[in-house]
Amino acid sequence: MTFQEIADKLSAKFGQNILAIKSDVKPDPYILVSADSILEISKYLRDEENFDFLNSLSGVDLKGKLAAVYHISSLTSKDKIVIRVEVETANPTIPSVESIWKSANWHEREAFDLFGIVFSNHPDLRRILLPYDWEGHPLRKDYQVPEFYNGMKVPY
Amino acid sequence: MEIKSPISSTGKKLRTEEMIINMGPQHPSTHGVLRLELIVDGEIVNEVIPHLGYLHRCFEKHCEHMTNYQQVIPYVDRMDYVAAMNNELAYAIAVEKLLAIQIPERVDYIRVIMAELQRIASHLIAVGTYGIDIGAFTPFLYCFRDREKILDLFEITCGARLLYNYIWVGGLSHDLPTNFIPKTQSFIKEFRKTLKEVTDLLVYNEIFVKRTANIGVLPKDVAINYGCSGPMLRASGVDWDLRRDDPYSVYHKFDWKVIVGKGEVGTIGDCWDRNMVRVLEMEESLKIIEQAIVSIPEGNVQSAIPKRIRPNPGESYGRAESPRGELGFYVISDGTASPYRIKARSPAFVNLSVINEISRGSMIADLVAIMGSIDIVLGEVDR
Amino acid sequence: MGLLDKQFENGNIVITNVDNLLNWARLSSLWQMQFGLACCAIEMMAASASHYDMMRFGVIPRATPRQCDLMIVSGTVTLKMASRIKRLFDQMPEPRYVISMGSCSNCGGPYWEHGYHVLKGVDRIIPVDVYVPGCPPRPEALIEGVIKLQEKIRAHSLAKVKA
Repeated sequence: MTFQEIADKLSAKFGQNILAIKSDVKPDPYILVSADSILEISKYLRDEENFDFLNSLSGVDLKGKLAAVYHISSLTSKDKIVIRVEVETANPTIPSVESIWKSANWHEREAFDLFGIVFSNHPDLRRILLPYDWEGHPLRKDYQVPEFYNGMKVPY
Repeated sequence: MEIKSPISSTGKKLRTEEMIINMGPQHPSTHGVLRLELIVDGEIVNEVIPHLGYLHRCFEKHCEHMTNYQQVIPYVDRMDYVAAMNNELAYAIAVEKLLAIQIPERVDYIRVIMAELQRIASHLIAVGTYGIDIGAFTPFLYCFRDREKILDLFEITCGARLLYNYIWVGGLSHDLPTNFIPKTQSFIKEFRKTLKEVTDLLVYNEIFVKRTANIGVLPKDVAINYGCSGPMLRASGVDWDLRRDDPYSVYHKFDWKVIVGKGEVGTIGDCWDRNMVRVLEMEESLKIIEQAIVSIPEGNVQSAIPKRIRPNPGESYGRAESPRGELGFYVISDGTASPYRIKARSPAFVNLSVINEISRGSMIADLVAIMGSIDIVLGEVDR
Repeated sequence: MGLLDKQFENGNIVITNVDNLLNWARLSSLWQMQFGLACCAIEMMAASASHYDMMRFGVIPRATPRQCDLMIVSGTVTLKMASRIKRLFDQMPEPRYVISMGSCSNCGGPYWEHGYHVLKGVDRIIPVDVYVPGCPPRPEALIEGVIKLQEKIRAHSLAKVKA
């Protein structure tokens, strides 16, 4: 299936929730969906279209908005699709897809750790890479490196 | 914590409790700085909680501050430091997809030869250190002796033994020296003998089989749902290899097999299968190198390297088959010379997440065997 | 090496001073804590393997800090790991020595500029005796570092108390 075929199927089924089909982004076009519908869309993709492999779930800081980008593929039909969800930085909440693909568990913890995106209904949302008492979310564009951490000087 | 009472011959009930034990960051068999919190009931492990981040080196933040896409390559090397050529190849594929440039065929052939040599070196470390985890010290020395020969080949090409900065976006940093091809051919002849030695010494050894067969069985659907890839996925019976199923570079020109686990001495997807897949993959890599080395076309390896890399705004996800699995790079460009965001999808990070599922109910010594069979590299897990 | 050249001419009696004897004993069997952090650990393993063979200098890897005298900090020290390294160093009995291997533990390495989670040099938390530069240093460079440490130990004296 090409990108356009999958996009048409999703628009036909989910209509309002497909916010934009960005086929002009090269070389990997993506589909922008609303945050509330990501769980149903993921369930549909895994059960009906056989997209059983979540390659990667990354956070992106879009200066005012935070985004989560889902790269999903199918091992049987070798198709690939990219879905993106954008939320405001002030209140970044996205439903978790951990119940659909278990690999999202650690990917969502990493996105929470580095960007601050809160995934609702995640079984265990805590920091994974940074220490548990770290303050701030480092990969945001406006992050300031702290001067000291537990008595150790951080900058060079 | 439940109060259990085992069958006791004296008739008295014994009150037992679960213990929390720390397999801390400094431990001889965690393959690096990984902390495992074990909740054990005597010797049986009920739950494993991994704590990562002890080697988090802020790779993604560094990428955003680099002034050139080529400057990211030394950082990419240091992510999976055991298989640096494969990392560079995956990154080069991702950025070349974004730039949509054509590279000379000679570059492709040399990249494949380097990637397969690196795959053999990485699997040698995996098999050698797995032997040490189980308790066998000698195969480690044999594996490292042959790894030194591969590192010699790398050293005469680019000058470095471990972290090369060799595969650049659009080409390579140096061409092959004149004695590379004869040296590689003599290495291939000697290495087939070592492979047979390691197989006899370690893989079919009765103690090794007893300690690894039927341990840590990973069923097929669990592996796919957890996103496992590489030898872990193939050992569970899934026939998926990126070099054949999502072809990149010139792998489609060579004749080689994809190794899938068959449960030869135990169940499909146990630790022995994972180890055997790695041993057999070394032989397949030798076949690819043999075929590639006699048919390298002529060309200039540096002609397609762009003077200034300024891609149009766009996004690309490029992936390659590293010795641990699917290594992917998600690159977002905003039109300037610095990358806007680079996310590294590292196979070891995803493979490690399955450890809780497969080690419930095993003993602590079996947990060591399971950790070794997953073959993680902490630089990649923590990035 | 000093002592054994005497060849026992005086009928199985070797005369030396306590300083030389103790220093010779300490430097010939520096037991190392088996502790590798990152890429330099692979070169440390290669140095202990058969091609470069650090064991002929008496350096054996031991798993527990209570039984070793040498800690080779090989790899990047992150802020999360720093408290553990300090604790491991405190657990080593004296006399104890530290070799900082590689550029990450010397000064933060390639991550010095934007690494928010990298400790810029392990000497910010523990005292270091020998620095081995390189990224990663070759196994021969690590062995040279061990030999330099041996020369430093040879110059010790019981009369001069180390601060």
